[in-house]
Formats: sequence, structure tokens, C-alpha cells
Amino acid sequence: MARIVFDAIAHSYLKTPPSEVSAPEVSAADGDWALRDIDQTWEDGGAYALLGPSGCGKTTLLNVISGLIAPTRGRILFDDRDVTGLTPRARNIAQVFQFPVIYDTMTVEENLAFPLRNRGLGRAETRTRVAEVAETLDLTVDLKRRARGLSVDAKQKISLGRGLVRDDVAAILFDEPLTVIDPHLKWLLRRKLKEIHERFHLTLIYVTHDQNEALTFADRVAVMNEGRILQVGSPRALFEAPRHTFVGYFIGSPGMNLIPCRIADGAAVVDDGIDGARIALDPALAARAAAATAPIELGIRPEFLRLADAPGEGAVAVAIAGVEDLGTYKLVTARLGPHRLKIKLGEDAPTPAERAHLIFPRERTIVYAGGRLVEGEAREGS
Amino acid sequence: MNKWDDNRAWLLVLPVFVIVAFSAIIPLMTVVNYSVQDIFGPGQRVFVGTEWYQEVLFDRRLREALWRQFLFSGLALLFEMPLGVLIALAMPKRGPGVSVTLVLLALPLLIPWNVIGTIWIIFTRPDIGLLGATVNGLGILFDHTSSPLDAWITVVAMEVWHWTPLVALLAYAGLRAIPEAYFQAARIDGASAWDVFRFIQLPKLRGVLTISLLLRFMDSFLIYAEPFVLTGGGPGNATTFLSIYLVKLAVGQFDLGPAAAFSIIYFLIILLFSWLFYQALQNVGTGDKR
Repeated sequence: MARIVFDAIAHSYLKTPPSEVSAPEVSAADGDWALRDIDQTWEDGGAYALLGPSGCGKTTLLNVISGLIAPTRGRILFDDRDVTGLTPRARNIAQVFQFPVIYDTMTVEENLAFPLRNRGLGRAETRTRVAEVAETLDLTVDLKRRARGLSVDAKQKISLGRGLVRDDVAAILFDEPLTVIDPHLKWLLRRKLKEIHERFHLTLIYVTHDQNEALTFADRVAVMNEGRILQVGSPRALFEAPRHTFVGYFIGSPGMNLIPCRIADGAAVVDDGIDGARIALDPALAARAAAATAPIELGIRPEFLRLADAPGEGAVAVAIAGVEDLGTYKLVTARLGPHRLKIKLGEDAPTPAERAHLIFPRERTIVYAGGRLVEGEAREGS
Repeated sequence: MNKWDDNRAWLLVLPVFVIVAFSAIIPLMTVVNYSVQDIFGPGQRVFVGTEWYQEVLFDRRLREALWRQFLFSGLALLFEMPLGVLIALAMPKRGPGVSVTLVLLALPLLIPWNVIGTIWIIFTRPDIGLLGATVNGLGILFDHTSSPLDAWITVVAMEVWHWTPLVALLAYAGLRAIPEAYFQAARIDGASAWDVFRFIQLPKLRGVLTISLLLRFMDSFLIYAEPFVLTGGGPGNATTFLSIYLVKLAVGQFDLGPAAAFSIIYFLIILLFSWLFYQALQNVGTGDKR
């Protein structure tokens, strides 16, 4: 087990990468770097999820940790020991892939014993370790069977087991390991993973593009986009205070409402097609936002917006464009001038009429400048 | 509703029946027909039962040709299969080298079979051939027209040169189809290169190797054109393989009856061995008893 530190890791798959990693502002157009200057510490014993859209660099980052890829620049440390130049074997990492990798001609027992045998462990000790791991993963009855005849989920458990048998493993990495598993078994395996984490206190890093999987599995979720880690935090922090507009939009279903606005007199003014709708803000937040030079956006989760029939203090008049009933909640689409907002209402809430009034709870309304969260004083420490 | 009411369905199956009849069943039955009759000329024929079969089975020269054939196919497989896999393992995985090696490997497969024989005649001539003259220049007497051993070496070398590329191409395709994750997992598990070959590559190649083994066995067991052009079955009968003997019997001596009986036996041998190989390879290493 180890604490893993990334020291300015950057990676490009090109043979001759561009000399400089481009600045964040122009990054969207620059696809030459798969990872861009990542500084990150993965604490010993943490359960992390790496969440991001396809092609954001999740798998590259995982392969840099395991040593399958040598980063173009930067250093990687395990417990303050530089391992940048070491092989996967020397790093003592376990990795579970999207598709179960098993050795077809071996039995389940031989599969589990394989990493130990390659490290020259004694026969008796190997047998004990294999029996223990098989017990944990409910594979004991299959130990003598050929691995190739087993079901997909059992095979994926064997891949995981080959990591667990090494009790000195630095971390276990998962690269979307449940993609090929049936939905009802997915749930069981995910619970098994949690159980293993609680029992052995291993460092687990779990790559996925499924936010439900990430949020249920991990203590800490790292959201990635375009080769950068945008935010690492608890599922709650990612939901309530996304530090980047991408995180706000990517986490949540549907994602955060983001509306361009300007700041005037302690309020956000949104173009509503008439003379601008005023949305009151926390005074400290408004003061900081007014000082920012980058374009300002207003952010609020669909869950926090409320609808009122009558105009009132701080309510904004909107037109209702549509209501979808999704079984456990209602999803309302409202039009505010050229902008569209999503509002999540309880299943029992009355369906709004054509016109309604939208209330932005002040403590839930946040502001972004140039895509980055403007910190209000009240929010610090959350 | 009775499913036999509409007989038009037969029309849809008819083309398959016609094609199979003309491509396989009718020619085979003609041979069966010849094998049980003595034919003197048009309209003059006598039913002889199993007489030709008995004659053929007790023919010493035929039995010799049969053992020669087994030895030849055995040697061909012994060299071609491991060599093909080795070449496939050594081939580049990406870059411009891939297409270059693929084209180079495919070249022997594109040459007409009798031309292969001619190429090797010239290649091994003791006076002007690149190989023949070189070997003789080194002081080793080598002439496939006079020494049976030299003839065998030449014929087997020609077969290996001609057909190893096929095994290599099939194995290469099989290797490329193995997902990258297997190799990554093996590196993480600390497997050696030999382990990777033994536990990942070879088991994953089972399918393509079965197919190439069957193809190479059948083809080498039926070989005719190349050794016929190269040695003509000689010196003596040293390289007279089954099909060469069969053609001598049928065309040279016009013994259609024995030749037909022999053809049927030939066909059954190939069928039997292909089935045995198939069964063996399907079960090897799986631990399943079928």
C-alpha cells in the first residue's frame, strides 16, 4: 500500500509532442496532450473514482500509475520513492481491465496463483493466499475448474483476485471493470468491491464514465476533462459546489443550469428579452464576481430551483416550455428570454401552467467567472 | 396449417442441390462407378465388385507411396507449423514494416504451382543454380536427380518455402486479434515472455492453428504439381507420392478401375485424418472430455 503522488505529469502519444502544454484557455482545440501537467496526491487507503467523458485521459492516467505508459514529462512517486522509470511488475500494482483477462488454459486456482508464482513465493504460502482470496470473492467452489468455462462476472472476479492475492500491492486500479457485466450482477460486484476496500484498506482507483457508479463507489471523486483533473472531492462537494462549469454540467442528471449574466448592484442580471431579470446574490459573492474580468455565468442545480404561481420577492417570470414525467420526479423546462433552464420537481408537485415564477434560493446560487467557481466567503470550508 | 401444403419451397433449395450435385456428388459417384467395373471401351463394361479394391490394397508400390506420403506430410507439418508461428511472432506490429512483410510473405502463395517446381529445378541445379552451385562449391555433393536423400530434402524444402507463409499469415491474424489488455495484465502479473507465449498467445491461436493444420495436412497429402515438375517422382520411385502414382495408374497405364478404387481410399484417408486432427485440437488443453 502506498501514497501515490503525481508531480507535474504530462503525457502525449505523439512521438514529438509540442514543447509546451498549452494554457487552459486554448486547451479545447489542442488534442496533442492526453494529460496536461497533473499534480495530484492519491492518499493511502483511499477509494477514488476517476470520472470523465470518453477520451478525457482517464485510461492514460491509470496506465501512467501502473507503469504501462511512461509519462512524457513529470515524476510519479509511491511513498516518496520515485517510480517513474520502473516496470509494472516492480511497481507492484494490480489492474482490472474492462474485459475480464484470464489465462484460458489454467484453472481458477492457477490463475490466482500466477502473480505469486512469478514472484517466487513458496508453495504453501501461495496456497494459503489463494484460498483466502477465493473465499473473499466466493470462488472457492470453482477453484479446480478451468477458468475459461466460467461466466463473465466470475472471470472478472478472477482478474480482481489476481490483484488481491498480493498482500503488498501498492494500489488496485480499475478500468471500467463492470462494463460487460449484467446490471443485476453489477450491483453485487460493486458492493463486493466496497466490502474489500473496507476490509483491506487498499488504495483503489476506479475509472468510469458512469457517474452513478463513481458516486456510489468512491469516497473521493476526481472529475477529468481534456487531460486535466478539474476537481477532486466528495460526491457531495461535487454536487453542491462544483469548482468548474464542466463539473457542474457533467455531474447530476440533468446537469447544472448555467446562464451567462452580468453583475450589477449585488445581483446577477440575466438577459430575459425585455430589460434583464435580476437574481439576487450573496453580497460577498456578488462583490467578488463584480471584480472578475472573465465572462460571468450563473449556476444553479435543477434540484434547487423552485416554482411559484404568483410574483414575489426575487422571483423571475419564465415561460414553461415542457414538462416530462420521469416516474419519480417531474422535469420542467423553462424559458427565460433566450435561455433554457431545467427544474426538477417532486412527483406530487402541481404541474405548472404556461407562465410561472422561478425562485433562485440565494444560498444555492453560485457564480462562475471564465468557467471557474467564484468562491463566496460563506462557502469556504465546505 | 399443414406445412407440407406449399411445395414451392423446394424451388428455393433447388439451386443448392444442383450445385452440390455437379460439384461433388456426381463426380464422386462416377469414380465409385468406375471402381466397381472393368471397362474395356465405350459400352463394354463388366461389374467386378470389390476386385479392384483388393488389388489396390495389396499393391506393394501403392503401400510404399502411402508411407512416403505420410512421411512427407509429417515433415511438412513439423517444419511449417512452428516456423509459421515463429515468423508471425517476429513480424512488426505497426508501421510501414507491416505491409512490406505481408507482401513478401504472400509472394510464394501467388506463384502457380508448376512454376514453383520449375523455380526450384533452376534454384538447385548443381551447375548454375544459386543454391545447388553454392552447396556444391562448398564441397558438399548435392544433386536431387541422382540422390534420393537430396531429392527428399529439395522437395520438403520447396514445400516449406511455399506454404509456411500461409501458416504465418493465419497466425499473424490470430495474434493481432488478441486484445491489448491481455499483454498489459501479463506485464502487471510479472509474466515472462515465455509465459505470455504459453498462457496467452498459444491458447488464443488454437482456432487459427487448427485451421492451418487441417489445410496444410490436406494440401500436402494431395501434393502433385510441384514434385511432379521437380523430380517426376524420382530418382527411381523415391519421391513418388500418392497422387503421382495415381496419375501414372490412371493416365499412364489407363487402369481406370484400380485408379478409381484407389481414389476412393485416398479420399477416405484424408477425411479420416482431418477428422482426427480436428477432434484432437478441439480438446487439447481445454480439459473437457468430449
